Amino acid sequence: MNEVIIYAVSSLGVLAIVAAVILYFVAQKFKVFEDPRIDDVEEVLPSANCGGCGYAGCRAFAEAIVKKATLEGFNCPVGGSDVMVDVGKVMGMEAAMAEPQIAVVRCSGSVVNSPAKVKYDGIANCAAAATVFSGEGGCSYGCLGLGDCEVSCDFDAIHINPETMLPEVTANCVACNACIVACPKDIIELRNLGKKERRIFVACVNEEKGAPAKKNCDVACIGCSKCFKVCPFDAIEMKNNRAYIDFEKCKLCRKCEPVCPTNAIHEINFPLRKLKPEGEKPAAKKEAPAKVAVAEKAVPAAKVEKEVKKVEEPIAKKDSDAKENTEKA
Amino acid sequence: MKTFKLGGVHPPENKLSAQAAIEYLPLPKQVTVPIGQHLGAPATPVVKKGDEIKVGQLLAKASGFISANIHSPVSGKVFKIDDVYDSSGYRKPSIIINVEGDEWLENIDQSKDIVKDIKLSNKEIVDKINEMGVVGLGGATFPSFVKLMVPEGKKVEFLVINGVECEPYLTSDHRLMLERGEEMMIGISILMKGLNVDKALIGVENNKPDAIEELKRLAKNFKGIEIHPLKVQYPQGGEKQLIQAITGKEVPSGKLPLEVGCVVNNVGTALAVYEAIQKNKPLIERVVTVTGKSVKKPSNFMVRIGTPVKELIEAAEGLPEDTGKIINGGPMMGKALLNTDVPVVKGTSGILIMPENESKRGETSNCIRCAKCVQVCPMGLEPVYLSKTSKLQMFDKVENERVMDCIECGSCSYTCPANIPLLDFIRFGKNKVGGIIRNRNKK
Repeated sequence: MNEVIIYAVSSLGVLAIVAAVILYFVAQKFKVFEDPRIDDVEEVLPSANCGGCGYAGCRAFAEAIVKKATLEGFNCPVGGSDVMVDVGKVMGMEAAMAEPQIAVVRCSGSVVNSPAKVKYDGIANCAAAATVFSGEGGCSYGCLGLGDCEVSCDFDAIHINPETMLPEVTANCVACNACIVACPKDIIELRNLGKKERRIFVACVNEEKGAPAKKNCDVACIGCSKCFKVCPFDAIEMKNNRAYIDFEKCKLCRKCEPVCPTNAIHEINFPLRKLKPEGEKPAAKKEAPAKVAVAEKAVPAAKVEKEVKKVEEPIAKKDSDAKENTEKA
Repeated sequence: MKTFKLGGVHPPENKLSAQAAIEYLPLPKQVTVPIGQHLGAPATPVVKKGDEIKVGQLLAKASGFISANIHSPVSGKVFKIDDVYDSSGYRKPSIIINVEGDEWLENIDQSKDIVKDIKLSNKEIVDKINEMGVVGLGGATFPSFVKLMVPEGKKVEFLVINGVECEPYLTSDHRLMLERGEEMMIGISILMKGLNVDKALIGVENNKPDAIEELKRLAKNFKGIEIHPLKVQYPQGGEKQLIQAITGKEVPSGKLPLEVGCVVNNVGTALAVYEAIQKNKPLIERVVTVTGKSVKKPSNFMVRIGTPVKELIEAAEGLPEDTGKIINGGPMMGKALLNTDVPVVKGTSGILIMPENESKRGETSNCIRCAKCVQVCPMGLEPVYLSKTSKLQMFDKVENERVMDCIECGSCSYTCPANIPLLDFIRFGKNKVGGIIRNRNKK
């Protein structure tokens, strides 16, 4: 009986040793060297796996950095330059400071500016809707308002405002590019966050000529090139009947906004302009930037409210003034 | 009674305009002729603003292999060449013509005489059909001459003629078969000669007994044309379903009917071919059914291409008050129109005006996994799975489940007890997968 047990144990033991030796050599043969720095780099990344950097996830991003051994051309939009500095420390390199960016919605065809002319009865998905119809307001370039951007955002940074049916970007935006890919109408764009988060952009992507564009939407860019003429920095480009402001060249001088006849140019986070004397500028002109400030929510809510109040008060005052004037007349 | 084997539904027919003879619509004041009225590349305009033109004159030349010529449906002056809203609301380049009189090109035979002799040779027929801008009038508007150019190594056994008209409400093909039967038969003979086949099989659903009788009477005088009455079942008008119903053959997935030796043409196309070859008349007009439950005078109109839809509705005694939707096409496959200014194009088979209470979509509830959509799919697909994966944008899975085989007949959405818009999602998936496949082939 004992013999059987000894025989079994010893033969199994020999087998185990042989197998271990084989495994050892196989493991040596097929060993994959992995740079320990990949783990270190991954450690400092935000683990959002959003794909905003252009790689499949944070691990892939870290691998790419270690493999290329450079930080040039790499940017983590979620972490911003702080994270890139940390990555630089791990890699022993200096990180170039990338300008932080934010998504902007280049359409103001809200239910007020571009009222619905037909009713869409299909599925609530922009990509699907764009294949069958152009949009309820009639503008074939405008926002469909069905929220593909909202669904695609992993950072709770873009929402459809139920009142305007337009998406609004909040301060949560990390410029990961997801909403831009999701939008079938190519309305959303990444722009530099700018000094004090200030930015000016043309909130319209309509390429039609002035008359049909304006017919469908009150605030469409009609390609009049007034802003183009007034820009001292060559930052505005006229193409396909629409203006485009190059955020790299724009010095935020604010000369273009007041000349726009349709209020298609939006200013965000700027201090309010001083009110000019009565009659020189219609009241509607003043409202537009304020609305946008609310819409974009790039600043804390309290600040916005204050700003809105600031605008509303003079407008109310102006309205009452106007009333008085007419009454006097 | 013959029919196709797999799936299918039977929606209420409502052929309200079946007894209304084809009327010629008076000429509109202005026509809008889009330059992309066919499958494939849009044509290139050959006229310019201010040109005086006659009926039948070439307006735009086909560009590319799958494309078709576009001819002037009216005489007058080119008002402008500009982008005009199409039925989906996007702007498409079009030629707008102000109508002045009705002056035709001299070489077009406007008489009512029926010309029976087919003088042209096989190749001349194909070229002439190409030149006259004939496209399939069943709705897909595939350029007809392409179908007649049989690639080497393939043999055509039958010409299958589609007189099924399985869409509820539509009656334009039905009226054509009744009123223009003889010309159509000559058109079929021309197609047979062009294809070099000696057998043509016409499929007609047996809810049109008068048309079947008329065609049978006429077929006695024509060699090789057979009439096949078919059981009423939607979507029998799909070419793969029709081939299966008549010949029993099954077209493999992703292949053309040519694979089983068949070429399918619509009855309307046969008439257009007759007019192109025997009368020298390009495709400048077509029959359009204007119908709906509350339409005062459901009608079939012979309409010049480019006529605004609103004129057709006016001719049918106006838009009813309870209108909910105006549909371009039939209730199963048609698409709602955004406005009535859009013109009639080569693919417009009907204008259906749906009352408000019928035009609403029902409330969607959860899928109860009853598999009705799978049961009725004539292509043997799984609509429930396709729509789910399309919704989640898992396009590799959508492609693997053969989404490109979907004929968009809408049987799945029609039959779904939970009112899930299955076809909408599938169409979206098909659209995306189509793009992915095109990109892949380019590389």
